[in-house]
Order: sequence, then structure tokens, then C-alpha cells
Amino acid sequence: MTLALPTLPSGRVLDVVRAPNHVLSVSCSLVDPADPSVVQLCADLVATMRVSPGCVGLAAPQVGVAAQAFCVEVSAHPKARTRHGLIVLVNAEIVDASRNEKGREGCLSVPDLTGDVKRATKITVAGQLPLLGERALITTDAFEARALQHEIDHCNGVLFLDRVTGAHALHARKVYLDPG
Amino acid sequence: MTSLAITVVGHDRPGIIAQAADVLSRCGMNLEDSSMTLLRGHFAMTLICAGEADAAQVEAALQPLVNGSLDVTVREVPEEPDVPPLGSSYLVTVHGADRLGIVARLAGVIADAGGNITDLTTRLSGTLYVLLAEVDLPRSTDVEALQGRLAEVSGELGVDTTMRLLENDQL
Repeated sequence: MTLALPTLPSGRVLDVVRAPNHVLSVSCSLVDPADPSVVQLCADLVATMRVSPGCVGLAAPQVGVAAQAFCVEVSAHPKARTRHGLIVLVNAEIVDASRNEKGREGCLSVPDLTGDVKRATKITVAGQLPLLGERALITTDAFEARALQHEIDHCNGVLFLDRVTGAHALHARKVYLDPG
Repeated sequence: MTSLAITVVGHDRPGIIAQAADVLSRCGMNLEDSSMTLLRGHFAMTLICAGEADAAQVEAALQPLVNGSLDVTVREVPEEPDVPPLGSSYLVTVHGADRLGIVARLAGVIADAGGNITDLTTRLSGTLYVLLAEVDLPRSTDVEALQGRLAEVSGELGVDTTMRLLENDQL
């Protein structure tokens, strides 16, 4: 099942900001989905996500904008079960969450570290689509659920660093070389 | 029976743990609690072992491990009672731009509140400094006041700090 997204304008590839940039720690403002600058921001997030290797989601604070907007696309990821294709939402919140599971996750804005984070494996997210502002309700699971929670956290100024499960749950990111 | 505290620090290479454990085993020393990690690429291991050998014997036996690139220390330690803490455990997470004194000031706030840090990891990643500390707080601790003081000092340091109850899922 894919999301009926409106056609977005052409996106620009923006620089991704890294922690400890303050914009990653602020709770972001709600946005007007029809505001042309918000629509352009959504398009820019998608363009930036798509050129970033291994990136399955990007939130506005990660490009330096304290706004409640993000995109997620896990379609090609092997850990994904339910897949909604490209998801772009503004003003999103989690309305239902269950079945917590620990997983190790990283972030483009914290490039050299990963952490063990417990997240719900089944969630329902409510948000608005950019441009016309239709309300969207997404129920999903597994990796897509983890990615959505990670991006919604960004919109609330929360990094995975704030959610690690213990003092030994932070790790240096491993670079896996292609054995071929 | 003696308990020995051993530290091994230095240039990392494959096989250090295997070699150290083999030496201890041949000395009749039982490897009990241990912790090993890489700290900015340096091998760093601390362990407690128990057996009949004394510190000098074990230190001599570990000399081949040193190999010009590792520092090894061995010393006898008394038995410590293994008492579970009375109170609750919290995880304090801190991240922000690196600067001098983050650990000193925040650990000072925790100590002033009677908190005992039982596990600590810090990482410097570029300009990002991350601190994770597990803290036991006595039952009498005013947790809200401690959180307020941590927030105040974190504001002065320009870092983000959270303190949350450590989940303990009893299955």
C-alpha cells in the first residue's frame, strides 16, 4: 500500500547538519502544509535523502530547519515488512504504539555512532500531507515503524542518543566492506 | 585465595584477550568480571580474577603479552561485597559540543545528590561529545530536584541532558 502523495516540486540537495548542532535539539514548530516554503522543504528532504547512501529517512532539523516535516522510504530495505513507499508528512505524531523491541540504529546527523534503542514494532502515525494538507493515518510495523519513530523524534528535538538503553549501548559505527 | 585486579592498555592487535586469558588459565586464575573496549583505538581491558597465584607471579607470566606495545598492571584487591543497590537506577544521557569540564561538572551534581555512577561511557566523535552514565540513586533522593540541577548545569555547559528511569523488564 503506497501513500497518495501530491506531486512535489523538484527538490534541491541540502547539506545535512550534524550533532552537536543546536537545531537537532529543539522541539520544532507545526507548519502550514500549503505554505510553498514547506512544500519546497519536503521536496528538498526527499532529494537529500535519495542522494545520501543508506539513508531511509530525513527530518527537517537535519537540514537545519526547525519544522515538523520529514520523509521516509524503506521500500528497498530487507528488514521492512509493511511498506508504504515514499512517505512525506508534516505535523505528524504517533497515536498508537505497541510491542517494543530493541534494535541498533544510526543517524546521518550522528555519523560515527550507533546505539541500541527500544522502539515499538507496531505503530499508527497521524499527520498531514504536504501541499493540500489532507490528514494521513499510517499503520505500519517493523523497520518502517522504527524509521517513522526516529524521524518523528527528530521533529521533537530528540536524537537516538537520548533513547539508548544503557551506558554500554553506544557503539562506534562499523563500516561493512562489500566482500565481493 | 587471592583476588587480582588486572589492567591491560595499549596498541590493539588481534589475540590480546586470547593470550591474556590463556596465561591466567595456566596460572590457575579464574577470570571473573571483565570489561574490554577500544578507547579512541587503544585496547583497554580491566578484569578481576581469583585463584592461588599472587600478583608478582601473574605479572611475570603476563610479560610476553606486553610485547613493547601494552601496559599491564596487576595488583591484589580485597573481596568486595556484592550488594544490590537500595533505590533506583537511572540513565543519564548527555550530548553536545565538546568542552572541558562536562564530565566533572555533571558527575559533581550527581555526587552532590548522593548518586553513585555504576557504569559510564563517553565518546568524542568529531566535535560531538556523548556521555552515558548509569546512576544508582538512594530512595531518599529528590529526583526532580536533581533533574532540575542537571538541567541548570547543562544549560551553562551548552549540552542536552536527560535522566530517565532505567527500564527493567521482568519477564
